[in-house]
Amino acid sequence: MKLLESGTGELFQPPDPDGFREWVHTRKNTKMVDKVMSEQEAVARFVSDGDYIGTELYGTVRAPMSLVRETIRQGKKHLRVAGQGIHEIDLLLAADLVDTLDITYIAWEVYGISSCLRRAVESGRVKTTDWSNGGITWRFKAAAMGVPFLPIRSMLGTDTFKHSAAKAVEDPFTGKPVCLIPALFLDVGLIHVHKADKYGNCRVEGISGFVHEMSRASKKLIVSAEEIVSTDEIRQYPEQTVIPCYLVDAVVEAKYGSHPGEMCYRYWRDGEHLQAFLKDSADPAKTKTYLDKWVYGVKNHADYVNLVGMDRLRKLESEIGGR
Amino acid sequence: MAAYNESEFLICLASKLMEDGTTAFVGTGIPMLAGALAKRMHAPNLVPIFEFGGTGASLEKLPLGVGDSRTFHKAVAASGICDIMETATRGFIEYGFLGGAQIDAFGNLNTTVIGKYWPPKVRLPGSGGANDVASFCWKTIVIMRKHDARSFVPKVDFVTTPGYLTGPGAREKAGLPPGAGPYRVVTNLALMDFEPVSKRMRLIATHPGVKVEDVVKATGFELLVADEVGTNPEPTEKELRLLREEIDKDRYYI
Repeated sequence: MKLLESGTGELFQPPDPDGFREWVHTRKNTKMVDKVMSEQEAVARFVSDGDYIGTELYGTVRAPMSLVRETIRQGKKHLRVAGQGIHEIDLLLAADLVDTLDITYIAWEVYGISSCLRRAVESGRVKTTDWSNGGITWRFKAAAMGVPFLPIRSMLGTDTFKHSAAKAVEDPFTGKPVCLIPALFLDVGLIHVHKADKYGNCRVEGISGFVHEMSRASKKLIVSAEEIVSTDEIRQYPEQTVIPCYLVDAVVEAKYGSHPGEMCYRYWRDGEHLQAFLKDSADPAKTKTYLDKWVYGVKNHADYVNLVGMDRLRKLESEIGGR
Repeated sequence: MAAYNESEFLICLASKLMEDGTTAFVGTGIPMLAGALAKRMHAPNLVPIFEFGGTGASLEKLPLGVGDSRTFHKAVAASGICDIMETATRGFIEYGFLGGAQIDAFGNLNTTVIGKYWPPKVRLPGSGGANDVASFCWKTIVIMRKHDARSFVPKVDFVTTPGYLTGPGAREKAGLPPGAGPYRVVTNLALMDFEPVSKRMRLIATHPGVKVEDVVKATGFELLVADEVGTNPEPTEKELRLLREEIDKDRYYI
């Protein structure tokens, strides 16, 4: 294949499919055993300083917020992060735990742009490599396939390509230029689901986002679940399992684990909370006050839920509406 | 005629570009409002497609993000981002609706940085799905809220999302699928298309009360002007009522 152009962005996590296979074979507990544990234990055991971590879905939607808050409480640092994100990435950036970002989109959609991202990147504290959203998700897909790269047809011709770590080559079949994106194998994936059994068989409702791809691209996978269900229930509808247990290292029960984001069919986003954070995050001192109250100031997710209060959570449950 | 503001005009005009029965890749913000309005007006069978998997949602309630549960409320399908991006790659999605911070004469968009890449003067969100949408959808419609020389620039600081790149044939030469590209640009002043030969942006209609020279002056590059420049229709009472009382009751945009 003729190499036409290389993106100049740094490849923060070079693909190593054989290393991943080796990890699975020698380090991963793929046995069907009880993996339920506290979020403290899960993060302490499976997240290390310097790890490359990914979160799914994203900051206001089925996001692993309770696991992110625990990661921050434990001060896991020098993290490398893949970012399609909102609140989860903002919190990691605000806590100054991130060294590098593979970024596709970090902002607040309807509410505006991210002050935490701006401070982190404009100051030169956090290095970035850019990708399209398709590009970064197909990187997970390549990893999920266990291959070193995939050809895709976007990003070509743009500065998004130039500042990525993709390569353009001449496709040996059509002779046309095609973009190769490197597989993104994660050290740790954090995923929040609707239901899991104690072994880690998981279901999500609504859109699947990139749960298939990220769960399969992760060396270590921590899932948090709104509800722990029996394996009999899982076995009754096996076609609904999106993550089979052998992919999972830890199962954490976390009702309201996506708060202040939403969880489809269960609770709507806490717009008031999110907008208050966004406003505070414009000011570094107020950002710290937020972290002190909502992250460092609580000892675990149960404590956080108490701080939010059941009145508020019931209201969010009533606002999600039916199918 | 009821009074209306610029955002309302923009949304109503953008919604008229959404054709009934077609597939439309809907980005965050104004495109969502335009889609919600189109579904209530002339395009009940519009199939809005959101990048994280929502396909054919009712849009009874305004989504606040491209993955929230309203993007698949009463939808015909709820899949995932790879499915949607691959569907777009295969040519199934007719229209793409996007916004941007900067745009140039060839319709290239910047939503990544102002200034140099790193460390930048201003770090913007990044591509999100926009680069993919504009690479694959047959016709991309760009919605720019502020038509001025700061946003309509000779050269964007960063080509996040491809328009016609450096001109005719450039997309194909780079390897992007042929036959696709920017189709319309909707702003607070006017409606533009792209002249078929030069692929440069061209004024085709102004909003009522806006003169051709106002638009030309507000554009930081040489804007082509069509032989006949039309006037864009004003929002109707019904459109305004739907926007204010149903679609954006909480006034996120209007």
